[in-house]
Amino acid sequence: MSDGVREPGKPEFSPYEGAAAIEPQPEVGLEPRTSSPAEDLALAAGGAGWAPDAPLVAHRTAWREVWSRFLKDKFAVAGLVIIIVIVLVAIFAPWIAPHDPATQYDDGLTMKGMPVESSGKFPLGTDPLGRDLLSRIIYGARVSLVIGVLANGFALVLGVVFGLVAGYMRGKTETLLMRATDVMMAFPIYLFAIALSAAIAKPSIWVLVLVIGIVYWTPMTRVIHGEVLSIREKEFVDAARLTGCTNRRILFRHILPHLAAPIIVYTSLGIATTILFESSLSYIGLGVQPPTPSWGGMIAWGQPYYLSVPQLVIYPGLAIMITVLAFNLVGDGLRDAFDPQQRRR
Amino acid sequence: MNASVPAAAAAAAASETLVSIEGLKVHFPITSGVVFQRKVGAVYAVDGIDLSILEGETLGLVGESGCGKSTTGRAILQLIRPTAGRVLYEGGDLAHLRGAKLRRQRKRMQMIFQDPYASLNGRMTVGDIVGEPLLVHKVVTRRQRGARVRELLKTVGINPNTLNRYPHEFSGGQRQRIGIARALAIEPNFIVCDEPISALDVSIRAQIINLLQQLQREFGLTYLFIAHDLSVVRHISDRVAVMYLGRIVELAANADLYGQPLHPYTQALLSAVPIPDPTAEEQRRAVVLTGDVPSPVDPPAGCHFHPRCPAMRYGLCDVQTPELREVRPGHWAACHLITDDDYPFIRAGEGDLAEAQSAAALGAVTGPSATAADGAAADGGEPA
Repeated sequence: MSDGVREPGKPEFSPYEGAAAIEPQPEVGLEPRTSSPAEDLALAAGGAGWAPDAPLVAHRTAWREVWSRFLKDKFAVAGLVIIIVIVLVAIFAPWIAPHDPATQYDDGLTMKGMPVESSGKFPLGTDPLGRDLLSRIIYGARVSLVIGVLANGFALVLGVVFGLVAGYMRGKTETLLMRATDVMMAFPIYLFAIALSAAIAKPSIWVLVLVIGIVYWTPMTRVIHGEVLSIREKEFVDAARLTGCTNRRILFRHILPHLAAPIIVYTSLGIATTILFESSLSYIGLGVQPPTPSWGGMIAWGQPYYLSVPQLVIYPGLAIMITVLAFNLVGDGLRDAFDPQQRRR
Repeated sequence: MNASVPAAAAAAAASETLVSIEGLKVHFPITSGVVFQRKVGAVYAVDGIDLSILEGETLGLVGESGCGKSTTGRAILQLIRPTAGRVLYEGGDLAHLRGAKLRRQRKRMQMIFQDPYASLNGRMTVGDIVGEPLLVHKVVTRRQRGARVRELLKTVGINPNTLNRYPHEFSGGQRQRIGIARALAIEPNFIVCDEPISALDVSIRAQIINLLQQLQREFGLTYLFIAHDLSVVRHISDRVAVMYLGRIVELAANADLYGQPLHPYTQALLSAVPIPDPTAEEQRRAVVLTGDVPSPVDPPAGCHFHPRCPAMRYGLCDVQTPELREVRPGHWAACHLITDDDYPFIRAGEGDLAEAQSAAALGAVTGPSATAADGAAADGGEPA
């Protein structure tokens, strides 16, 4: 990915870029007009025609423009639709799933004790314990989403607070926080997560959320810190200080709203990473414990059978892939929508 | 230091001092090292300024880019904490105030910023921006606030019905008006105008200048007007201070400074102002200074201006720092060569500076003005 400025003379298509470059893209750098010429005239007309009781002049917010740019990105919209479907499936799992995910069915195993192939009763077949694979995948979405959202939310809160404080306070506080971030980033995160989850307690969803949050606050801290460094030098921050605002008010009222774009973008990208990380931890047995179904855990349990019953690995793997892909597409789309000038090529 | 604080100019002798700056220094440290930073040098942005601002006057502060005039303005308002020196506001020192006490004092002084695109928070509505000072200082109740915001907007010429709009929906001139409304909200009596019109369209500048003057009359405001545009400063100021590389080189009443500039730098600066009269402009000969503005990291010894000064005298100017002293009644300058009956007079080519000056005096003052200070010397410094 290159974020470089597009050179005006160069053709936009490049064979190495995949489909994104072929899509017709809106003009870079041209902000749509937000008010009609007539309104501008009315605004500029000085004292003439100000009725004290006239209704407030209508306006269009920046958020609606971001949204309309987002809607033009087909891949991002597709990702959003997939996410909505997955969320609905997770919420309504008990009604959608054909069976209970933890029940071991007598007819779920062959006479030799092997998982059965797909049939009318078990659409995707069963797992080595005779449980319905489809139902387990459907219930697994709950675990992935809950951990994805909660762990990422935890990392987000840590990252935003540390980044804000480090960027705004500068000096020793900044040095301390940012060097701590560097140290955290230098850790092999899987090893760290394994050690942490082994040390804390018996694995559970909450331990996972905690561990993933502790491991993943660093990228957000870096991003927020960098943004705050540039925003705090803007004149409106000086103006707020002159106004007599407290540091807390400046941070939350003046600086934080300008971080909405990076926070939203990195959250959607972070959820994808988190879901993948949860799957990895569950795969090595430190994640969600049986019988609660989780996609990573299902792959781990199906691995010994991958030659004879490949669907045990394929279907949970597909579920992970599609979910992660959907969040990544939405994240990319949001990034482009918030900042059309930085659109990646 | 007290002895050298310029007192009131003759014309304004009756006024009282509102803001008094004594030995103000702002040095930005240059550090090296990652974790254990050590200081390897400093940018001497403001290097010892003494200045009194009188109640109700407009004091112009001019100088080329990077000479420290904006830093001075910000240090007075404590946006940048001074390295040394005192800023006395109605007798109380601001430089040592912190936290809530400083915030309370902020009610009395405000700033109008250069860039109306950067100085308004784009995520807040105009009503919130203008109303925030009222909210923070709790001067009016919630209900009164709306009415006060509308009133303020009307005062600066913005349709009060647009208060739920966002700044990006306004033009540059309108935004500057909104910035002015915000500055006025808590009824300050001292306002630092930091190049308030430099970023605006030429056609809008006169409107904003007129608005500032009108507000000054209406509310009895005191302005420190920072600009690099000499003709605008001439139009709006009662007294003018000229800065060069972190120090004030000349300070005088408007007519004195433009009529008979004593300091060689001021003379060069003024000779660069274009005259909006073709005949006079043809006669104008600008003094073109040689060399660049020295770096404020390593300012020259003695008089900061000596490496570029045509009248410079070895053994004096490059050794001794000239004090800012009252060389004529109400006319202060920092130059060794100015005596009671003589001053260094710089000629440019075959044209006569004095001739050009008198022609300039006849020229219109409010006309579109070039950024003369930048033209006077090479563009060495950073934009202010």
